Amino acid sequence: MRLINRHPDRTGRLALAILPFALLLFAYFSGSMARLADNPNDKLLPSATQMADAVDRLALQPDKRSGDYLFWRDTASSLQRLGLGLGIAALAGLCLGIAAGTLPLFGAPLSPLLTVLSMVPPLAILPILFIVFGLGELAKVMLIVIGITPVLARDLEQRAREIPQELLIKAQTLGANTWTLILRVVLPQLLPRLLIALRLVLGSAWLFLIAAEAIASTDGLGYRIFLVRRYMAMDVILPYVAWITLLAWAMDHGLRCLAQGCFPWYEGAKA
Amino acid sequence: MSFIQVENVWQEYGDQVVLERLNLSVAEGEFCTLVGASGCGKSTFLRLLLGQERPSRGRILLDGAPLADEPDASRGVVFQRYSVFPHLSVLDNVTLGLELPRAPLLGRLFGQARREARDQAAAILERVGLGHALDKYPSALSGGMQQRLAIAQALVMKPRVLLLDEPFGALDPGIRKDMHALLLELWQETRLTVFMVTHDLSEGFTLGTRILVFDKTRLDLQAPNAYGARVTYDIPLNRDRRAARIAVDTPPAAVAGLLQPHYQGA
Repeated sequence: MRLINRHPDRTGRLALAILPFALLLFAYFSGSMARLADNPNDKLLPSATQMADAVDRLALQPDKRSGDYLFWRDTASSLQRLGLGLGIAALAGLCLGIAAGTLPLFGAPLSPLLTVLSMVPPLAILPILFIVFGLGELAKVMLIVIGITPVLARDLEQRAREIPQELLIKAQTLGANTWTLILRVVLPQLLPRLLIALRLVLGSAWLFLIAAEAIASTDGLGYRIFLVRRYMAMDVILPYVAWITLLAWAMDHGLRCLAQGCFPWYEGAKA
Repeated sequence: MSFIQVENVWQEYGDQVVLERLNLSVAEGEFCTLVGASGCGKSTFLRLLLGQERPSRGRILLDGAPLADEPDASRGVVFQRYSVFPHLSVLDNVTLGLELPRAPLLGRLFGQARREARDQAAAILERVGLGHALDKYPSALSGGMQQRLAIAQALVMKPRVLLLDEPFGALDPGIRKDMHALLLELWQETRLTVFMVTHDLSEGFTLGTRILVFDKTRLDLQAPNAYGARVTYDIPLNRDRRAARIAVDTPPAAVAGLLQPHYQGA
């Protein structure tokens, strides 16, 4: 049978999904054991016990100096920044996208502007953000907002244009004015697409968050990673990276479930 | 007096002339079917009537007044595809038409008004045979059911003109026959003036009280776009239905009450 026609069955699919993860873990821990056997003080590839110790120290015991549980404080700060950034960006992107994609008079000035703005590398203007907004929370949130809003807005503009013209005409024959047309026809059709667009920009949002935290912060997951890098504390960095990955995956999954649950009519939500 | 008056209408896109010197007079309650080859301007004419496009020259009068140049609630429309809103249930698709004109700020009704609108929508959905599918989303309906929904959606607005752009073009023949019967019943119950674009000649002849054939009368082989189409045949059809309609329209005073189209109560 040709390769293209061969499908894994249920258990086969699960086994195949787990396989690469198992291989990666196996490769890591065998390398770790080999290095630690040579030099018990090696810091590059810490063992599972060493990482568990580090997590225990950061997550389950209060910090000696501040009394905080650093791991959870870092998580809370980062998630707050990320949530704020994503929320503001989603709202701004939705408004800009709808305006540019639905109303030709708004689209004419907005579309070229958004196209150009989305080409500005956000990290390159990070110093400007720190100068303008100071080193506080605002600059970090703004980096996320500035980084992903143009992408969201352009995507939603495109989706708004893809709404068949027939539906917009039909709504007008049903007595809609521009505002109610947007409210009852365009907006509800774009909401599931917004969730999908958010899933796609999650990666960039985390990237901007960690970059901002690495440069100017006093807490946060990115801050901690870059702080302990000085001591080559791989036993902290690796669990943190795994935790970030887990959080990002959970957010992605959550958004997908939300899209499926709230918009059962939307076919794209199943993907 | 004619209900719709088309006066010397031309439609041009750049160099391309689609319609030329179109003059037409249509009485209220007439069922016009528009036929002709592909690209001969039937759908363009329908878009002009809908207000989706404005004629390059000439004008169209509705009841003596120039037609509004954007689509509005006086003209209902059913397209071949994308006529219903995928994000609304069947019932909400029809209720929407009752909500939008009455709620210019939020686009929805609440409380008693909302219940009344939903009841009214349910009644008309029952009439087109969708009473069992009120809570379904359009994607769960067959093509024929979706078109029934689109017709109900247009009719709930009680428009004066109903425009149909190949509404049954994508349906299989059996379903198409059912739809013809439904459409004729609805037309007879209401005082609707219908314009229907179709590719199916027999459909055009069975349904209409008047068939309009669009074709180019002049053709320059060197410049195929230089001349537009006109109405080459304008044939009255189905005299019995037409006569019945006129009789209903102008009944003696004594029977006028009895013959009120009962659809109005739906």
